[in-house]
Amino acid sequence: MNLLSEAFAWLTDPEQWTGPNALQHLLFQQLYFTAIAVGIAAVIAVPLGWAIGHTGKGREVAVAFAGAARAVPSFGLLVLLVLLFGVLHKPEAAVVTFVILAIPPLLAGAYSGFEAIDRRTVDAARAVGMTEAQVLWRVEVPLGLPLLVGGLRSAVLQVVATVTIAAYVNLGGLGLPIITGLSLRRYEVVLGGAVLVAVLALVLDALLALAQRAAVPHGVLAAQGHAPRRRTES
Amino acid sequence: MIEFRNVTKRFPDGTVAVDSFDLVIPSHKTTVFVGSSGCGKTTLLRMINRMVEPTSGTVEIDGEDVAAKQAVHLRRSIGYVMQNSGLMPHFTVAENIATVPRLTGETRRAAKARALELMATVGLDASMADRYPSQLSGGQQQRVGVARGLAADPNILLMDEPFGAVDPIVRAELQTELIRLQRELDKTVVFVTHDIDEAFLLGDQVAILAKGAERLQVGSPSEITEDPADEFVAAFIGAERGKRALRVKQTPHGPVLVDAEGRTQGVLVEGGA
Repeated sequence: MNLLSEAFAWLTDPEQWTGPNALQHLLFQQLYFTAIAVGIAAVIAVPLGWAIGHTGKGREVAVAFAGAARAVPSFGLLVLLVLLFGVLHKPEAAVVTFVILAIPPLLAGAYSGFEAIDRRTVDAARAVGMTEAQVLWRVEVPLGLPLLVGGLRSAVLQVVATVTIAAYVNLGGLGLPIITGLSLRRYEVVLGGAVLVAVLALVLDALLALAQRAAVPHGVLAAQGHAPRRRTES
Repeated sequence: MIEFRNVTKRFPDGTVAVDSFDLVIPSHKTTVFVGSSGCGKTTLLRMINRMVEPTSGTVEIDGEDVAAKQAVHLRRSIGYVMQNSGLMPHFTVAENIATVPRLTGETRRAAKARALELMATVGLDASMADRYPSQLSGGQQQRVGVARGLAADPNILLMDEPFGAVDPIVRAELQTELIRLQRELDKTVVFVTHDIDEAFLLGDQVAILAKGAERLQVGSPSEITEDPADEFVAAFIGAERGKRALRVKQTPHGPVLVDAEGRTQGVLVEGGA
C-alpha cells in the first residue's frame, strides 16, 4: 500500500472520529482558533485601515508595520510568547501569534479598498454636502468592501494553515496528528492531518471567494459588464 | 449675489492658484470663468462652496461670508455639477439625484418622487431611474449630474467643466438644454470652462482669466468681442483669426459675412438689432 492510500485508510477509519482527539474535534479547534484570531485582528485592523484610507495619513507607518509583522516567524513567536506568558496562558499566546499574522492582510485590505476608489467620487460626495461620517459609511465602506473581503480571505487562509503549529504547545487542532505522526514515524497519519488542513483551507477560501464577489456593489458589477440583479420596488 | 473680495489661495506646495481676486457675480445670471488649464478657475469655483478655503480674503453670498457658515450646510444649499458627473457608482440614477434630499432628511418616497420630477426636467426617461450610472452614456450621466445639482432647489448652481468629457454633438445638446433650464429656473449659475465658444454661448457675464486667476477682462460676450482688453484676449476669443473674424463679402443677392477661412458664416441684414 502506498502512503496516500494508507493516509486515506487512516482518515476513513471510524476510530479517528471517536474519542477525545477525534478528528471532528480537532477540526473544530482549528476553526475556533482561526475565528477568534481573525475576529480580534479585524477589530484592530479594519478601523485602523479605514482611518488610514479615509484621511490618507499614516500609510507609511502602516506599510512598515505590516511588513515587519509579515516577517515575524509565527512558530518562533509562539514559543517565545508561551515562555513569556507562562504555560498557564498558552491559548492566549497562541491567539496573539495568530492575530499578529492576520493583521497585515486585513489592514492592507481595509486601506487599499479606500485607496482604490476614484478620488472624484469621494470629492463629489463631499461637494454635495455629505459629512465625513456619511462619506465614510455611504461611499467609502461600500465601495471598499470587495478589497476588504479580499484581505479577510487571505488572513483566514494564512491563519487556518498556521493554527497547525498550536499542536506543538499542546493546544490541539489539526496539527496534532501531524506532530504525533512525525514522532511515531507514522507518515500516513502526518499526511492525513496535512490533507485535512489543506481541504479545510480550500473550502474556506472558496466560501470567501463567493463572499468577495457578493461584496461588489450592484452598480460596480454593472460597470464590469455583468447584469445587476433587478431591484424590486418596495 | 456672490462676491469675491481680495481672495488669495496659496497651496501648501507654494503655488499661488488665485492672487488677490475681486469679482461680483450677479444673481439670476450665468457667469462663466474661462481660461486655460491651471489658471485657477476651478479653485475660484470651489471657494464658493468651501471645497477650497481661501488663504486670505473673503467670499460672500448675499453679503454673508461663506467661512461663517457650516461647510456641510453650505454645500447642501448650493448645486454642484462636475466633469465626469461625479456620480456614486453604487447608487441608482434616482438615488444619485436624491442624494441631497435624503441627506436633509426627506423620506425615501418623497426623495424618489423628487428624483423622477427632476429627471423629467433634465430630459431623462423615467425608466432609467433604477439603472446605475455605468449603464448610461456620458451625456445621460451629465444630465443626472445636473439633476442632482438641482435636487435641493438651490439658488446657486456651480458647474465645473460639466460638458468637458462628452462628444461635441452631445455637448451642443447639453448646452442648449442648460440655456432652456436657466430660462425656466432662473438660478445664479457659475460655470467653469476652457472653451471660449461655450463661455460666450452660456454666459451673461464672462471672466477671462490668466494664471493666478488674473482678470484679463470681465464683461458680457458682446462687450468682450467689441472691445477686447488686449491682444491676448483678442487672440483668445479669436477676434483676429478664426470664426469671430468676419468680413463682408458682396454677392449678387446682397452682402454676406465670411470668416478668415473664406467660409460664409451668415447674411448681413439691414436694420437688425
